Amino acid sequence: MSNPALESPKPSPEGLPKVHYLNVDYGIRSWLFTTDHKRIALLYLASITLFFVLGGLFAVLIRLELLTPQGDLLSSESYNKVFTAHGVIMVFFFLIPSIPAVLGNFLVPLMIGAKDLAFPRINLLSWYIYTVGGILTLGALLAGGVDTGWTFYAPYSTVYSNSHVMLVAVGVFINGFSSILTGFNFLVTIHKMRAPGMTWFRMPLFIWSHYATSIIMILGTPVVAIAIALVGIERLFHIGIFDPNIGGDPILFQHLFWFYSHPAVYIMILPSMGVISEVICAGARKKVFGYSFVAFSSMAIALIGFLVWGHHMFVSGQSMYAGMVFSVLSFLVAIPSAVKVFNWTATLYKGSVAYTAPMIFAMGFIGLFTIGGLTGMFLATLGVDVHLHDTYFIVAHFHYIMVGGAIMGYLAGIHFWWPKISGRLYPEGWARFAALIIFAGFNLTFFPQFILGYLGMPRRYHFYPEEFQVLNVMSTAGASILAVGYAIPLVYLIWSVRYGPAAGPNPWKAKGLEWQTTSPPPTFNFDKTPLVTEDAYEYYSAAPAESAAGLTPEKQVG
Amino acid sequence: MSGLELIALLQNQSPTIPGPGLPIFPAQASNFAREVDWLYYYLTAVTAFFSVLIFSTVFYFAVKYRRRSADDLPLPIHGSLVLEIFWSVVPLVIVMSFFVWGARIYYRMLVMPADATPITVVAKQWMWKVQHPGGQREINELHVPVGRKFRLKMTSEDVIHSFYVPAFRLKKDVLPGRETELWFQPTQVGEYRLFCAEYCGTKHAGMGGRVVVMEPADYEAWLSGAPQGETLEQAGARLYRQFNCNTCHDPGSSARGPELAGKFGKPVKLASGQTVTMDDAYLHESILQPNAKVVAGYEPVMPTYQGLVSEEQVLQLIAYVKSLTREERAQVQK
Repeated sequence: MSNPALESPKPSPEGLPKVHYLNVDYGIRSWLFTTDHKRIALLYLASITLFFVLGGLFAVLIRLELLTPQGDLLSSESYNKVFTAHGVIMVFFFLIPSIPAVLGNFLVPLMIGAKDLAFPRINLLSWYIYTVGGILTLGALLAGGVDTGWTFYAPYSTVYSNSHVMLVAVGVFINGFSSILTGFNFLVTIHKMRAPGMTWFRMPLFIWSHYATSIIMILGTPVVAIAIALVGIERLFHIGIFDPNIGGDPILFQHLFWFYSHPAVYIMILPSMGVISEVICAGARKKVFGYSFVAFSSMAIALIGFLVWGHHMFVSGQSMYAGMVFSVLSFLVAIPSAVKVFNWTATLYKGSVAYTAPMIFAMGFIGLFTIGGLTGMFLATLGVDVHLHDTYFIVAHFHYIMVGGAIMGYLAGIHFWWPKISGRLYPEGWARFAALIIFAGFNLTFFPQFILGYLGMPRRYHFYPEEFQVLNVMSTAGASILAVGYAIPLVYLIWSVRYGPAAGPNPWKAKGLEWQTTSPPPTFNFDKTPLVTEDAYEYYSAAPAESAAGLTPEKQVG
Repeated sequence: MSGLELIALLQNQSPTIPGPGLPIFPAQASNFAREVDWLYYYLTAVTAFFSVLIFSTVFYFAVKYRRRSADDLPLPIHGSLVLEIFWSVVPLVIVMSFFVWGARIYYRMLVMPADATPITVVAKQWMWKVQHPGGQREINELHVPVGRKFRLKMTSEDVIHSFYVPAFRLKKDVLPGRETELWFQPTQVGEYRLFCAEYCGTKHAGMGGRVVVMEPADYEAWLSGAPQGETLEQAGARLYRQFNCNTCHDPGSSARGPELAGKFGKPVKLASGQTVTMDDAYLHESILQPNAKVVAGYEPVMPTYQGLVSEEQVLQLIAYVKSLTREERAQVQK
């Protein structure tokens, strides 16, 4: 082992800059009416953390109920509302906005050398829309909850459920507009506001992944909004759309729903992949292996990702040949993900690998995402999916992608950019400890669920046959470790805001424009517009960007 | 111990529902189970191989190339086209092998064999109602003999359910307003769990039961002792008169509706100019939404029976209409 001091970021002797975006203004109004992308990112950070804690509490209830085969903690009605609340909150109010709305909002302008996003007021509007959607959904939960599952399958949701479907549907519908606005803002910003010299192929991979994500947000979200609106129309006015008793088609709902909700999986994972590319390069202090392949794989995932929704419907009664087409396409979308994993691994080769907390989270991401991705292959395989569909195998698979992948990436990113966001260092030792606890707790929670699924335990079961108990106990034990793992960063990150040592502009000695400004950055990010003279991740280049000031942007762009 | 022996050991060979413990594999009780399991072993082996490969490579690089001093500056490596092609093509070939094998099994599962015995399954919140061709009815249970092929013709009275027997490795959603099918050939005597796999409301977790696979002799004994009602056709014939279908559809009636005898399975010319085959789906639709596809030469005068007949009764009516065609064919042959 090398000396840990060499791997940890060093406190800056100078302290925090005198004026920065956090202290430029005080008071609640300065936050609620801010148009600074960094402050809006923090508004999002606070809101999604609240939803994460809430969604996590529902997960705790689920795992406690499943500790024993009998339904002894909650009634069936309550259990169904609890897993629905967990799903709705985690998917729509945590995972989808998590990295784009917090880290993306904070970093997209910084990384491309812009003063702000293209439409700062629309950016603030998106947070208000998110908040309204969130309040409506929370209101529905307080009023008694909803029991349709986060998938709102018709005709259960449109005719048979007696819970607050409409209120939650309106909440999710409204919330969708916040993602559309965020995606729209990113696309325009990335197209029009790059600093001189920042050509497309000099952009950090984080920007590429957000570009791909924004395309999905803009093209996909309207479709789920339509699907949810149609649920509302059928429920309120009894116009036959999905219910066959009044002339509708229940499979139509599944097509509309998954046309968005499968690409939405990529909204959740692509930004995380962008974070991993940044963290791995800084952690190995090395240029990413195969930059253009990693960049284009994001675009490939976004585009092919729109053509695979039918793999959620292999046993739904859709045509056999449709099943076969969707199966092939689902296998194809796996290839760009595999390419990313191989390139990240190759980036470590002959690098200078630091064991910092973000790196541990990132390496954890690579491992868990690999397992999550490969188990996705089981589900794309038609003959095997017939058995595995709607069992705990699916639950395990998508938690490996969402929690093992997306949340590990989110935590890697929060730690990596925390010095930039807060201007202070978090305690490295605690962070590494938390990363290991989360990794262990995660695997213990979700690995047994693969076995449960192959044994045939269906998902969304309030009680279950006793032969499934041992594996469920293991899963619940893992979940309690995982809960502790998530609580630790919450404590020390808040602590560090006041007590952490000053980070200085670039504690990781990383490349990227965001590290060239102060930590925390000033309101308009850079004192003067930076000039980009080299590719991303040029760690080895002799000339740091500052010394290239003599070159004009025109020469660089050419 | 070889890998295969280990698999055999882990394989839960017990033919009955397992007790508490730590089972890893469900019992194999249908013609599909063995092949699905082999494909699963293959997928698991590939997953294990690549997971170990990635984990150990990351770990090895992380240790071997650890940062040794604060100003380490490794040489950049831009990438390698050959490697990129290699690690795109190899996974592509592997996943295509998953696709081909998986699609073959899927095809066999979805194409119904002609010699399978039909059994009617009606799902409703939160129970399974089964009716055998001889009229035997059961609830939340399905008795079948080992070795014979069965074809479940399933529909739902309310929301979407899913008929799932893990030991058979089979599952199919059961939809309101249309019929879905699933076929199997039990291979192992025993009792196996039946689950509803599609979330269907409050008591979803309780919507289960068991499939009992019996020796053929025991099955015959069970059949004769099982609660017996009318056969599907008998019930259909009764309903046909009860709902006055005969006043329009019987030969020699006022001929406001097309005759039904001898038509099943044959093409029907519609008023719209289209031609459709008179099959289960067509009859189903024509009972519930008569004006959707009106036969050429007839007025759209038939009232809808939506809400008047249950899904189960629709299936009984369809069975009766089919029997009319069989009878006519038998008469022609005489």
